[in-house]
Amino acid sequence: MIAGIMPQAEMVHWWFASGFLMLGLLLFAEALVGPEVWRRRPWRAYLWPGLAFSMGVLMWPVMAFYTNSAIHMVAHGSWAEVLMLAGAAELGVARGKLHSQYWRLTSSLALVVSGTAFIVHEQNHWLFSRAAFLHHALGWTALVCAVFPLVLAFRPRSIAAASGFAMFFVTLAVLLYCDRDVAPIFGHLSQFAGPMHR
Amino acid sequence: MSADIAHELKRHDGDELEQARSRTLRARIVLALGPAAMVGGLVWAVLQPWRLTLLHPHGQGLWWLLAEPPFYVIVVGLVFRLVIAPGVAADLEEAEAER
Repeated sequence: MIAGIMPQAEMVHWWFASGFLMLGLLLFAEALVGPEVWRRRPWRAYLWPGLAFSMGVLMWPVMAFYTNSAIHMVAHGSWAEVLMLAGAAELGVARGKLHSQYWRLTSSLALVVSGTAFIVHEQNHWLFSRAAFLHHALGWTALVCAVFPLVLAFRPRSIAAASGFAMFFVTLAVLLYCDRDVAPIFGHLSQFAGPMHR
Repeated sequence: MSADIAHELKRHDGDELEQARSRTLRARIVLALGPAAMVGGLVWAVLQPWRLTLLHPHGQGLWWLLAEPPFYVIVVGLVFRLVIAPGVAADLEEAEAER
């Protein structure tokens, strides 16, 4: 009965995609104007860390209500944890409670853990279905883009790394917006994926 | 005024003009981020109108009527343009003016 009144999983993916798109725009704007200008209004420093932390919190109900296997649940749980960790660390830096620039490494860790979770919990090959393709693409994108916050931890003023970090979230949003229930990818859909739907 | 000083002043003016152009460009890009996202959402809606269930609402459940992903993109762009970008662009201009 609960499943009947809950939104579809792909809708939840689209909502998270919207959050990541906003995250990308915020980070890109910060990269463009620089941290000094960005922090001229104190509330702005809390924007993206707060959004990341909130999305981590919201990932818990997704884990509780939308996962149907242990590995799926562990993957969603790990995303919730690392989103909250990265968001909280950045909030601590913005508030002045944390001082080291190396707290930015938590974002890098978050991407490594998230990317690994994407790849490990997808049991099917790339062209099995659109969802399988997206899991692989999201996983490898996160793993490769983990280099951006890593560079930012050591060179906080790197515009290239900051822009790359922002573009990662925009890419993440685009990939999540591409999600469908059961859909082909580049004309491929395994007969084991079930009938095409939405 | 000697020719050397005149050349130096001209070069100085040129640098400031270049800085102003760059400044305006950065502020413009910040202000354009939201509309760029909105255009992306609009293009998506035109290319895949079936993603907008509001265009064919018969037989759709509540969640499908609320799930309009191209609109989400447009809304994100609109919120960024109206709430975030103006302040960032103003602060950028102010910071540059103080230099």
